[in-house]
Amino acid sequence: MDPDGAPLRTRLLALVPLAFLGVFFVYPVGTLVAIGLGFGEPIPGVPGGSLGDVGGVLWFTVWQAVASTVLTLVVALPGAAVLARFRLPFSGLVRALVTVPFVLPTVVVGAAFLALIGPDGLLGVELDRTVWAILAAHVFFNYAVVVRIVGSVWAQLDRRSVEAARVLGASRPRAFLRVTLPALRPAIAAASSVVFLFTFTSFGIVQILGGPSYATLEVEIYRRTVYLLDLSGAAVLSMVQFAAVAVLLAVDAALTGRQRAARLVPASPRSPRGFGEWAFVGVNLVVLVGLLLTPLAVLVERSFATSDGYGLTYWRALTSADASSVLPAPALETVGTSLRYAVTATLLALVVGICAAVVLTRPGRLRGAFGLLLMLPLGTSAVTVGFGFLVALDEPPLDLRDSALLVPFAQALVAVPFVVRAVLPVLRAIDNRLREAAAVLGTPPGRVWWRVDLPLVWRSLAAAAGFAFAISLGEFGATVFIARADNPTIPVAIAQLLGRPGEVNSGQAMALATILMVLCAASLIALDRLRPTGAGGEL
Amino acid sequence: MRAPRLLAAVLLTAAVAACSSSPDKAANDSKTVTLVTHESFAVSDGVLAAFQKQSGLTVKILRSGDAGAVVNKAVLSKGNPQGDVLFGVDNTFLSRAVDAGIFTAYQPVNIGNVPTALQQGTDGKATAVDYGDVCVNYDKAWFAGKKIAPPTSYADLIKPEYKDLLVVENPATSSPGLAFVLGSIAVQGEGGWTAYWEKLKANGALVVDGWEEAYQQRFTVGSQGKGNRPLVVSYASSPPAEVVYAEKKPTDAPSGVVTDTCFRQVEYAGLLDGAANPTGGKKLLDFLLSPPFQKDVPLQMFVWPSVTDTALPAEFTKYAALPTKPLTLPADQITKNREAWIDEWTQTVLR
Repeated sequence: MDPDGAPLRTRLLALVPLAFLGVFFVYPVGTLVAIGLGFGEPIPGVPGGSLGDVGGVLWFTVWQAVASTVLTLVVALPGAAVLARFRLPFSGLVRALVTVPFVLPTVVVGAAFLALIGPDGLLGVELDRTVWAILAAHVFFNYAVVVRIVGSVWAQLDRRSVEAARVLGASRPRAFLRVTLPALRPAIAAASSVVFLFTFTSFGIVQILGGPSYATLEVEIYRRTVYLLDLSGAAVLSMVQFAAVAVLLAVDAALTGRQRAARLVPASPRSPRGFGEWAFVGVNLVVLVGLLLTPLAVLVERSFATSDGYGLTYWRALTSADASSVLPAPALETVGTSLRYAVTATLLALVVGICAAVVLTRPGRLRGAFGLLLMLPLGTSAVTVGFGFLVALDEPPLDLRDSALLVPFAQALVAVPFVVRAVLPVLRAIDNRLREAAAVLGTPPGRVWWRVDLPLVWRSLAAAAGFAFAISLGEFGATVFIARADNPTIPVAIAQLLGRPGEVNSGQAMALATILMVLCAASLIALDRLRPTGAGGEL
Repeated sequence: MRAPRLLAAVLLTAAVAACSSSPDKAANDSKTVTLVTHESFAVSDGVLAAFQKQSGLTVKILRSGDAGAVVNKAVLSKGNPQGDVLFGVDNTFLSRAVDAGIFTAYQPVNIGNVPTALQQGTDGKATAVDYGDVCVNYDKAWFAGKKIAPPTSYADLIKPEYKDLLVVENPATSSPGLAFVLGSIAVQGEGGWTAYWEKLKANGALVVDGWEEAYQQRFTVGSQGKGNRPLVVSYASSPPAEVVYAEKKPTDAPSGVVTDTCFRQVEYAGLLDGAANPTGGKKLLDFLLSPPFQKDVPLQMFVWPSVTDTALPAEFTKYAALPTKPLTLPADQITKNREAWIDEWTQTVLR
């Protein structure tokens, strides 16, 4: 790479994510935290509260997140291997389905899980109100993170090094431990920190499956901001959460920074061979069906289960603009609203995320701080962002409080880290000699990226886009706090329907949840198709 | 290469989409009046259209969050509000809104027909638009099947025959949950209510964080038999809602209300201080107390209209129980003690 031209271009590229995060994250969240910490004008009527048991809350938050992350890796890594390495019928569908939990509102997932592990649950063990229920639900939610982030790298690992090790006499486990695992480590680390962040900031799952006796920092921040208006307490807890995220990312950077990047080649899945491989595939399919697909199936079943057998009553109700409807418009119109927001948010997240990832591959002193800034939105409560928008973006030229753009911007904020996390390991793994060769042959730098980096990154990019789309489709926390003049999104509509008694309402909520699942799965499958099979074939 | 060109097309579309969908700037003129409210606000299309036609105003409805979030957001944006009128402050949050000074005084045209009891604590700055009661609901079929009489009071709920039957909401995260705790304070007094909750906890009351979970997942009626709690803290209007939103209209509501446990919730609207269109805002407040809107309230939001002698729909007169003497606490007492009570409750019940 041209050592002289890089810095300025890098700085220009960095401007995109910096401007985005500056306006839509640092400024609003900073303003709210500053008010809470007592800077600026005091707001009349806002009480100052006692902090209560912060230590206990922090301890529970940390240990359940560590346990959930380890458990998710144990369950999902074999699944990632199966989906990445073997050519199986329906593997595209399965890959899409495992991501579906992401888009479902937690109150719906809670209902599905209770059908499994609640009183008289299908599994026969009552785990409701235990830490085990929280952990199981966290695995359910985050399985897709590992499968998508690790899987995309695993599929493209150069298998010849494993074969070489085997030829030289290494046993299969030994070859895995010494060759495959080190090559996967950056991707595993990337996935782990995302899972950790997600479970660290878990909100609905802890509330519904653990019950009110379990509280994470996120639950406390929500309670203090929304019900007590105790902004100072919320600000202190937010600072604790930021600090924890910073520590996590420092550890993450130290772990991944020393890795030598793995060599990537085009993916070449094959059919499983022999008893061992088939057994491995079989066990993982059982886990997939039992843990991931059964709760989803329960929701679909409920959307059809009317008081006299199965029927389409609730589905028909979705299209009717009944005067007594709970929603301001026919429920089906929420689908259009959700799709519009999700497409906008995904495109935003891709633009910002790609710029950021490219910047992160270049050397620079402030790279660590930049990486941290990118991840912070994941470690920030949706209610802090929502209230931050309200207090900060309230004066021209930034009076965006009731702009329709605020919703996709808030959603993109959460999706950007995924784009970065999915793309970065692959960008780092690209052999720099390829870029150098292209540069030596007279290719201008922008074109080098276009011809060398992009074809290799494409697969991960499609994975990232799918993720970003799923996240914004299912986003509830920030969306619900932003005042909107148009129709509700699907998750908001589901919450509305579940907020009113009556079987027609809960039935419609289940039907909408089913639509959300189908939308999510269909868009992910379409994105997988978009990806040309011969990506990187010019190597 | 196909992939890069596709990506370029996608990014270009993104840029165009981002630039073209600029926020609508026509909102702040005298023809538009903006209502800031929670997600549960509802009005019939026809009723709203008639008002817009008659007044020449366009009503923009900004929904977000629940009652607590709406009030807190209004307090945070005091002086530079998001709209002209706020609807959805309830009596547990009223004095926070009034003390913070987010409202300017206005007496809507029909205020004379709102009972003075409902206007208490408003200081002339907020208008009671509707009210409802939070009460224990019971599953009629369940109690009939077991041949047990349903409970009739707070005191009954701690009796052994009702062990492990009740599900309640966390007052820290749920508005009916808070109302039920306030009701227990109204009944047991400030000195005795924590002891009552210790007994309720010992009698197997299940605490969940939100109404949705309590009613739709744990209550035997709301969960269609999937839950195992035949008693739930819900609303006096839940039985008529069960009839209105039933798949096939039943001849009787499947659930009943324990009227002696009812705690009154009143919902207010007010003209926001610093409103861009105060004239329109006043017209909108008049509309909220006008007969068409008041008649629309029961089946849209499942609460009672505040204007006396408003005709009620048949579902309400037939299936809803309106307690003659609902429990109440003064709004300023609630505001002064809300956080402390929630903390005490948390220490007693959850820790």
